[in-house]
Amino acid sequence: MMAFPIALLSVLLLLSACGSEQNDPYPVSERGRNIFYAAFTDRPKHLDPVQSYSENEIIFTAQIYEPPLQYHYLKRPYTLIPATAETVPKPRYLDAQGHELPSDAPAATIAYSVYEIRLRPGIRYQPHPAFAVDDAGKPQYHPLDRARLAGIEKIADFPKTGSRELLADDYIYQIKRLAHPRLHSPIFSLMAERIVGLNELGKSLHAAARTLPADAWLDLDQYPLPGVTRVDPLTYRITLHGKYPPFVYWLAMPFFAPVPREVDRFYGQPGMAEKNLTLDWYPVGTGPFMLTENNPNSRMVLERNPNFHGETYPCDGDADDRAAGRLADCGKPLPFIDRAVFSREKESIPYWNKFLQGYYDASGISEDSFDQAVRLAVGGDVQLTDEMRQKGIRLLTSVRASVFYMGFNMLDPVVGGLSPAATRLRQALSIAIDEEEFIAIFMNGRGIPANSPLPPGIFGYVEGQAGINPVIYDWEGDAGNGRPRRKPIAVARQLLAEAGWPNGRHAATGDPLVLYLDTTASGMGDKSRLDWLTRQFAKLDIQLVVRSTDYNRFQDKVRRGAVQLYYLGWNADYPDPENFLFLLAGSEGKVAKGGENASNYVNPVYDRLFEQMKNMESDGPHGGERLAIIRQAVAVLQHDAPWIFGSHPKSYTLSHQWLYNRKPTDMGNNTLKYQRIDVERRQALRQEWNRPVWWPLLAMAVGLLLIILPAVFAYRRRERGTAR
Amino acid sequence: MFAYLVRRLLYAVPILIGVNLLTFALFFMVNTPDDMARMQLGVKRVTPEAIAKWKADRGYDRPLFINSAASGVGIVTETIFFDKSARMFVGDFGRAEDGRDIAREITARMGPSLAIALPSFLLGLLVTVSFALLLTFFRASYLDFWGVVLCVAMMSISTLFYIIGGQFLVSKVWRLVPISGYGAGLDAWKFVILPVAIGVIAGIGASARWYRTIFIEEIDKDYVRTARAKGLSEWSVLFRHVLRNGMIPILTGVVVVIPLLFMGSLLSESFFGIPGLGSYTIDAINAQDFAVVRAMVFIGSVLYIVGLTLTDLSYTLVDPRIRFE
Repeated sequence: MMAFPIALLSVLLLLSACGSEQNDPYPVSERGRNIFYAAFTDRPKHLDPVQSYSENEIIFTAQIYEPPLQYHYLKRPYTLIPATAETVPKPRYLDAQGHELPSDAPAATIAYSVYEIRLRPGIRYQPHPAFAVDDAGKPQYHPLDRARLAGIEKIADFPKTGSRELLADDYIYQIKRLAHPRLHSPIFSLMAERIVGLNELGKSLHAAARTLPADAWLDLDQYPLPGVTRVDPLTYRITLHGKYPPFVYWLAMPFFAPVPREVDRFYGQPGMAEKNLTLDWYPVGTGPFMLTENNPNSRMVLERNPNFHGETYPCDGDADDRAAGRLADCGKPLPFIDRAVFSREKESIPYWNKFLQGYYDASGISEDSFDQAVRLAVGGDVQLTDEMRQKGIRLLTSVRASVFYMGFNMLDPVVGGLSPAATRLRQALSIAIDEEEFIAIFMNGRGIPANSPLPPGIFGYVEGQAGINPVIYDWEGDAGNGRPRRKPIAVARQLLAEAGWPNGRHAATGDPLVLYLDTTASGMGDKSRLDWLTRQFAKLDIQLVVRSTDYNRFQDKVRRGAVQLYYLGWNADYPDPENFLFLLAGSEGKVAKGGENASNYVNPVYDRLFEQMKNMESDGPHGGERLAIIRQAVAVLQHDAPWIFGSHPKSYTLSHQWLYNRKPTDMGNNTLKYQRIDVERRQALRQEWNRPVWWPLLAMAVGLLLIILPAVFAYRRRERGTAR
Repeated sequence: MFAYLVRRLLYAVPILIGVNLLTFALFFMVNTPDDMARMQLGVKRVTPEAIAKWKADRGYDRPLFINSAASGVGIVTETIFFDKSARMFVGDFGRAEDGRDIAREITARMGPSLAIALPSFLLGLLVTVSFALLLTFFRASYLDFWGVVLCVAMMSISTLFYIIGGQFLVSKVWRLVPISGYGAGLDAWKFVILPVAIGVIAGIGASARWYRTIFIEEIDKDYVRTARAKGLSEWSVLFRHVLRNGMIPILTGVVVVIPLLFMGSLLSESFFGIPGLGSYTIDAINAQDFAVVRAMVFIGSVLYIVGLTLTDLSYTLVDPRIRFE
């Protein structure tokens, strides 16, 4: 028994000789280096830009791949600026005969939109073996057979690397990869409708892939894509069917990042995939960072790309940016940090504690740690707790470009349809469910009630009295200083009676009104939410039956239209109202078309307005007209109430005092290059916060001795004693 | 003994087929190939065509067990079950649904799992057996009484409490070791020490109490009295005689666990951020990755069979009367 505590003590004493921060999870060699530390929870599934579409993937891919465009880091509303392109392309419009049309031509006359993208010269890829060439200028590592691959386990095992200039062909190659039959790009169907020839390319590639062995490389250069052509080595042209203004936002996503043909061919060699040597595992790009360690089970490491082109920190920002010191680095070359280490934390408790110990530079706030981090002051203002302030931790909040809502299935005979009765029933429920209370109780105030699908920051969102949902709210006070007030429950009851359900019973039969909510919420933590929701329905004497199910069954029921009420949410792909309003377009009906309109809402008036607005630009001469159409469309939604517009969540992030230039963003994900760290300050504070406490171990050892010694004495006494 | 081993090996084949069948049936009872496709392709903008392509690409467009459209043996072989399960019997686990090679993942994750599980197992065994022998020595005394009370108290506390409490005290308050994480090579030890210590402490209560019962049954037997009569010290009586004769029930529970150490710990690995096989299995279940779940269940079954066989063999080592006829 003595051996264990003594061994433990010995090890810990050995530890004490290693330095002051015993709990430092990083190697001692990393101390004092310009390294950014953060955590990730879910392992990324895909790092290939053709497939990657998740938030937990884009934190890596956005730092590595460079699409032609990016979002300005500081400007709000979100503004597109060039990344590798020279300018943000303006589309040219053509009619069916190929004649050029004016920029304000009616959408119906536009047969094609042409985007011409000119790349900046001199942009080079990160060092990578796919670019390595031998003395004769031929690829060093192509062709490779299994014998040459024998000693290779990771990309770093290839002794030679190379680089080359970014070319228009690389972007063209990647757009073709969207149609690759084995890569399953999530946006293929969407883009196949838009990019001229992409659908046909998909069919050709599918047919070709069936004739080849399963792992054989498919040379996409052998298959033409008429809608994407090379103008010159640094210029390419994308031709779309019709008019599609949001396309320019897609050009800021990794789907449209460059993939060189030689990289695809390199990874397509026999035996590579078996060793996880794929683009999905080892991305190749021109961005500020390159992935040098990919262990998604434990940690991912990004290092500065030595070939990164000379981008500088932005100088344009608003007063808040200036006050927060986010303009202090104006004009300095990017990136600031040399390395970024992302460690996997599956549980919130270790994640939070390591942040408090200074081993993560930034963190979100989980529900478990909310009270420890933040307190709500009188008036609803959010403040850091004293503990956080003493540590110099900063809080950044922003309303996310997302919406969470309760949807009605408009195909349902009770709550669906556009009849006055069904509409009033939905309106009554919209009033009864107190979203403000829900946000206060269950979201710790981290959200704002939604008046429409459009969150703040998206064109068409209106603040103040003009922006409230008049079906649910009245305006209290004057226009400038007032606030929305939810209508009294009596109004909801009146609407319910007009809907044919006075006091929650059918006017003719007297049957009680029973509604069904399908949800994936079934855990212990969800019970209180569901109880609260049941009470909201009970305000109108409506019985709510909660049908909890797993996510697969839930999705299946939504797809078949077999739900009555459901909860869903949407995170914006791009900052355009089209990306939210399409969720209620008839053309996107879930049951009829397999689209994203899970409520199966169809209103010809709304659909007409949506079709009008989706083909208009917000910043052009027709911006005002577009805004008016959006407001009409929103008014239709507010009246029809196919959703109970729930909330737009707020993101709360914390960062340590040594981390500079943090600004919350939902669109631009390539933010790592803007972060700057005061390494000395971090090191000093880590030391101060992590002084080891040794006395409990000594106390434990002494305590154990005090327990064991009497046993030893008793043993000796018994051994030496005479028989009784 | 050789004949016995061959017989056990042959028994293992139908057991493994049965386990595979059960895993397959249970998995596909909960998840359809369409669900798997949606999980892999994401929830946004997934079209029925994309789902159909994903399934066709991975062979999930076939019938589950019987392919009535095929002829001859194809009725059985051209099915998802045969295609996905038969290869495992020759050691080919294939790729995870995200395209990564399962065998490589298992190889890479085995080390971290063993780094926690093996020391926890060995140290745990040493500590619990010693503690149980100590309680046996002091049987019917106040030390025995309070020792058993301590065991009952310790076995009544959830492992999760030990983990969170250990992290709070040792890593957060005392700041002695990292709260979570893992390092390669020699760097691993500072991450391993706390989960190992917690693993040992969490296991003391139940095991020591069980071993104490075994030893107390032995301590009053005639051979022990004879040993004492010969003048052997109590130390020798306990460790050379009582321990050896009490080994058979202990081995039943212990040897079978040895091969399963490779499978890692689901809870510890998750909380301590250890990239082992336990967290791999949990991730696969959450991601509905049938390929990985199937492979891990298969390996678990094989290891369990190996463990049971080793247990049988170990009986011959501790009890010469046992022979495999």
